[in-house]
Amino acid sequence: MSALTRRRLLGAALASAVTIGLAACGSDDDSSTGGGTAAAQSVSDADVEAALQAGGNLTVWAWEPTLTKVVAEFQKKYPKVKVNLANVGTSADQYTALQNAFQAGSGIPDVAQIEYYALPQFALQKNLKDLNAFGAASLKDQYNTGPWNSVNSGGGIYGLPMDSGPMALFYNKEVFDKYKVEVPKTWTEFLEAARTIHKADPKVYIANDTGDAGFVTSMIWQAGGKPYTVDGENVGINFADAGTQEFVKVWQTLISEKLLAPITSWSDQWFQGLANGSIASLATGAWMPANFVTSAASGSGKWRAAELPQYTAGGTASAENGGSSLAITEKAAASTLAYGFLKYANQGDGVKIRVDNGAFPATSATLNDPNWLNTEFDYFGGQKANEVFAKSAQGVVSGWTYLPVQVYSNSVFNDTVGKAYVSNTTLTDGLKAWQDQTLNYAKDQGFTVK
Amino acid sequence: MTTMVTAAQAPETDEAPTRRGKNPRTKKSIVLTLLTGIVLIYSLLPLVWLLINSTKTQDGLFTSFGLWFDDGPFAFFSNIADTLTYNDGIFLRWLGNTLLYVVIGAGGATFLAVLAGYGLAKFDFVGKKAVFAIVIGAVAVPGTALAVPTFLMFAKLGLTNTPWAVIIPSLITPFGLYLMWTFAAEAVPTEILEAARVDGSGEFRTFFRIVLPLLAPGIVTVLLFSMVATWNNYFLPLIMLRDPDWYPLTLGLNAWNAQAATAGGEAIFNLVITGSLLTIIPLLAAFLLLQRYWQSGLAAGSVKE
Repeated sequence: MSALTRRRLLGAALASAVTIGLAACGSDDDSSTGGGTAAAQSVSDADVEAALQAGGNLTVWAWEPTLTKVVAEFQKKYPKVKVNLANVGTSADQYTALQNAFQAGSGIPDVAQIEYYALPQFALQKNLKDLNAFGAASLKDQYNTGPWNSVNSGGGIYGLPMDSGPMALFYNKEVFDKYKVEVPKTWTEFLEAARTIHKADPKVYIANDTGDAGFVTSMIWQAGGKPYTVDGENVGINFADAGTQEFVKVWQTLISEKLLAPITSWSDQWFQGLANGSIASLATGAWMPANFVTSAASGSGKWRAAELPQYTAGGTASAENGGSSLAITEKAAASTLAYGFLKYANQGDGVKIRVDNGAFPATSATLNDPNWLNTEFDYFGGQKANEVFAKSAQGVVSGWTYLPVQVYSNSVFNDTVGKAYVSNTTLTDGLKAWQDQTLNYAKDQGFTVK
Repeated sequence: MTTMVTAAQAPETDEAPTRRGKNPRTKKSIVLTLLTGIVLIYSLLPLVWLLINSTKTQDGLFTSFGLWFDDGPFAFFSNIADTLTYNDGIFLRWLGNTLLYVVIGAGGATFLAVLAGYGLAKFDFVGKKAVFAIVIGAVAVPGTALAVPTFLMFAKLGLTNTPWAVIIPSLITPFGLYLMWTFAAEAVPTEILEAARVDGSGEFRTFFRIVLPLLAPGIVTVLLFSMVATWNNYFLPLIMLRDPDWYPLTLGLNAWNAQAATAGGEAIFNLVITGSLLTIIPLLAAFLLLQRYWQSGLAAGSVKE
């Protein structure tokens, strides 16, 4: 309860901060954001290396747990650099802090962890450095297409991908075997499996869902939907598109037939459900295994990973869920040094340190590394789960984009679409309300709404 | 007849006042007992829950009934040890921070409230009415509403992300000031002050030697109130502080709680629960030890003698 009120409070604080931030942005030269021309490289690799050797202080705001080890190794390699790594809050909490700092114009970190869905918002407010100035465009081939596209916005590169979340279906094999249910290959089969399992034991559900903006957008993404259109300051949303309808058809049935456990993800009950088998599957990003191990330890050995069910039988479509980048703030005092850290953490030695500690990579070298692919997961009964994830990473549907007001939009998801999960409102009506409320907000922010 | 009636009635009227005087203390009301019982259970249940669950391991928390002990290992002491040592003992650092904020913030707030309350109660000066209006107005404004403007102001001063950003706003308690004001007006007779002046005592001497002891119950009340407010302060530090090294316990525990909900995050709910238990013990102790004072402080001024 208290967490909910706090969230709302922060959401409100964030919303007001964003209003002011973007109002200031509107007075800037409008053409620069929509131009699409990449800025020329002004800092060479040699400059970056020199800055690393010369040393200095770096403030990094991130909640990613593996970064602690990366920072330690980084400081060992470049002893003159002192990194102050601060966890100022997870996800939305940190965005509030960032927004406040940008607004106040002081206390801004050099480097910040920003999830892909939030990156366009900070980029468009001109709070982040365009990494083209450091020649980041040459790193394109080092990353998998999904995460790389996510850090690109209107011709600028606003961060280096840190991790990614190609989706997979995690399922409790014990439960599936007990009720003799095949692992679903399509969402239609998933629906059938949901009915069978819940009918056999009313306490067991195939999945939980009380409304999760990130999940819904990922599901639409996989279905090939492209509801969001962004062109510079022109913004459009259309939840009536074919892909969205595919998702609505499946999920509305699950909701109407009460086949989803009314448990919110990341809540205590959720961890409990994953551990005791009352939540039988989970479609989410490939970063999940590390969480399984620490948060639902008693499910060990029972779970497996499978490819995401498809909308079209025989397809290989997938989507990203979650994942984040490291970005350099526009006002960073030591931006060249900061870029050196970004490269170390997200492209250089840091990648291996993070992957060894359970993070899911965004770099193509790791995704193709036979050693990594052959890793056997005890939690998944010795399964080589990375093979599943790597395949999913290849199947991520291209062309997806988030809105430059996505952080706000996701914060009002539960007030709009969320109603469909708990009342007679249909998903279609909920999505319509979400669309309207988001577009109104975008209009207030000075965007041209189509 | 008339005399008989009077005689028969007399003892009744005699008895009535004494009965009315005794009743509230002797007669038991089942409804009241029941209601108090419910309130007692309601207030103790979270504490009981906290105590029970601080004996469970992370895994035990999710596999056992919430209001009873689990069959797993009794992890109370290992939980305490883990809480104090997790992440290089950051919990102790947070505890130290909270103590710092309470001692300087709440202590300073009480000191200022006592000074100002006494001054406003016992001295006449121009603008007293305006001060009264401002203080009363300030009582009505919730601190949460001021947090964001305060943040922007402190950012301009370069004070955000320093302990001062938490301490300075904590120094101001309009409610404490108002409480001290009304308390001082009642508890310090003007005659004593006049006598002291006649005997040649200076204003500071009078304040420290005569007034302070008279104000003791009021001071303890204000101290307790501001201590609780500072100890539990969440929103202000949340906005002001970025560096976990300066977090108070409230923010620190929240950070621990939130760390499970992220990719690769380690769930340490057992430490969050044990940490919460450790966090409330000093407050409980303060209340129990100072109970005597603050009850009399609260009641003061409620009866006109």
